[in-house]
Amino acid sequence: MHAIGAKGTTRWRRVLLPGLLLALLIGAWQVATSTGTIADLFSLEPYLVPSPVEIAESLWENRSLLAENAWVTLREIVFGVLCAIAVGIGFAVAMQRWRTVYDATYPLIVASQTIPIVVIAPILVVWFGYGLAPKIFIIALICFFPITIATLDGLRSVDPDAVKMMRTLDASRWQRFWRVEAPTALPQLFTGIKIAVVIAPIGAIFAEWAGSSSGLGHLIQSDTANFEVARQFATVAVLSVIALALMALTVLAERRVIRWR
Amino acid sequence: MRQDTNMKPESGQQGLSLTALQHSYGELETLAAIDLEVPAGGVVGLVGPSGCGKSTLLELICGLREQTGGRVAVAGHEDAAQRLARCAFMPQRDLLLPWYSALDNAALALRNQGLRREPARAAAADLFERFGLGGFEAARPTELSGGMRQRVAFLRTLVAGKPVLALDEPFAALDAITRGEMQEWLAAALRTDPRTVVLVTHDVEEALYLCDRVAVLSARPGRIVAELGVPARRAEDRDAAVTDPTFVAAREQALRALHRGSRGS
Repeated sequence: MHAIGAKGTTRWRRVLLPGLLLALLIGAWQVATSTGTIADLFSLEPYLVPSPVEIAESLWENRSLLAENAWVTLREIVFGVLCAIAVGIGFAVAMQRWRTVYDATYPLIVASQTIPIVVIAPILVVWFGYGLAPKIFIIALICFFPITIATLDGLRSVDPDAVKMMRTLDASRWQRFWRVEAPTALPQLFTGIKIAVVIAPIGAIFAEWAGSSSGLGHLIQSDTANFEVARQFATVAVLSVIALALMALTVLAERRVIRWR
Repeated sequence: MRQDTNMKPESGQQGLSLTALQHSYGELETLAAIDLEVPAGGVVGLVGPSGCGKSTLLELICGLREQTGGRVAVAGHEDAAQRLARCAFMPQRDLLLPWYSALDNAALALRNQGLRREPARAAAADLFERFGLGGFEAARPTELSGGMRQRVAFLRTLVAGKPVLALDEPFAALDAITRGEMQEWLAAALRTDPRTVVLVTHDVEEALYLCDRVAVLSARPGRIVAELGVPARRAEDRDAAVTDPTFVAAREQALRALHRGSRGS
């Protein structure tokens, strides 16, 4: 897949290029804020437009507060994504195996994605309280969809000739699943998980806004009320790092599991 | 699901028998009244124009598909599940599973039959040595050449221990030189480990070299328009065999039948 240049070179490019671009953007932002360009342009009080340096300071000063709340949100995300993986695989396998299940559930699964999270989240908080349960539910609700669809596509991409061959080689349905269909679908399953870990933090924030006493979403909400704009940006930065770390973890797991590519 | 070990061809009734076999996909008739007898240990070639139902015929024999009319019997069994238990299918593309090593691919049928990994690998490893694949046991399919991949795919079919092998254009994807080598290799393999074989191919020369008998099918709906005996059975030296005047004459005869058949006469 990375045909251009040697392997080492590509790795450097993958780290260096986004790093360089990020540095450039932050630099421009720093210049724009320290000269007051943005604040003047929109007639804002300067404290509403924090510079990267101020955000970094806030990040450092609030490190224990951010870490505490990041831990809460990270747990919600991890549990939510794990539930989504289990449910997503379950649906995909059942939908592939039984046509009736596919016909019955497919429209409902698509419809489930049109439910506005902002509407359903407060209801779930009323039902399940301020704890972990409604957060996991909401994250799983938005994350199981890409996992289901991707895994189903993977299962369907199995070569029909391979299935015929396996049948004449005495494979039971179960053996066909474990030896041919499941490994064929693994790359797509990982694609689904990669999408899921990136959208999961958004679900976590919405879920926390609907009712919580801690977490990064809760922190952003209270900081909005108090015009703590620098800390809000710092919180968003932490959230991005969580998403990137989960993405990296997924890619790592993918490489360990799918060794034949 | 463990297979009987005594399914190797031994008596006359182990062969294949197709009687007025007919198949359609809805309105579309793919095969019209096929009659074919293959004795145990016989190797029959099916040649015919593209889309004449050759692959469908293989699937019918293997019990992967039900006919719309007529009868198929494999070793006297007409039930699809019984046919499936007696036939091994080798598709055109090798379809080696990339997540298994070459040896694990070859041992697949034994694993499916309930053998544990190590004894299954040991059984397949014997064949690796015998069929010139020694040293490639641990190789991943992607590390093998086209010819090697087809050898592993054929061993995988052989290891299943079925009396009937259904080969669907096994060498079509290979270059001419490798294809010639593989034909010699397959001829040798069938000499040491004889099976009843149905070989679908586009290549008349391949069919005449490898088979005892060649059935020429017409364009859809497929019918057998000619059945040709073969001058010499699977000589060790392919190049000498295919340039022999009787072989050349048989090839001309087969090609003429093929042309007549594809015009639908």
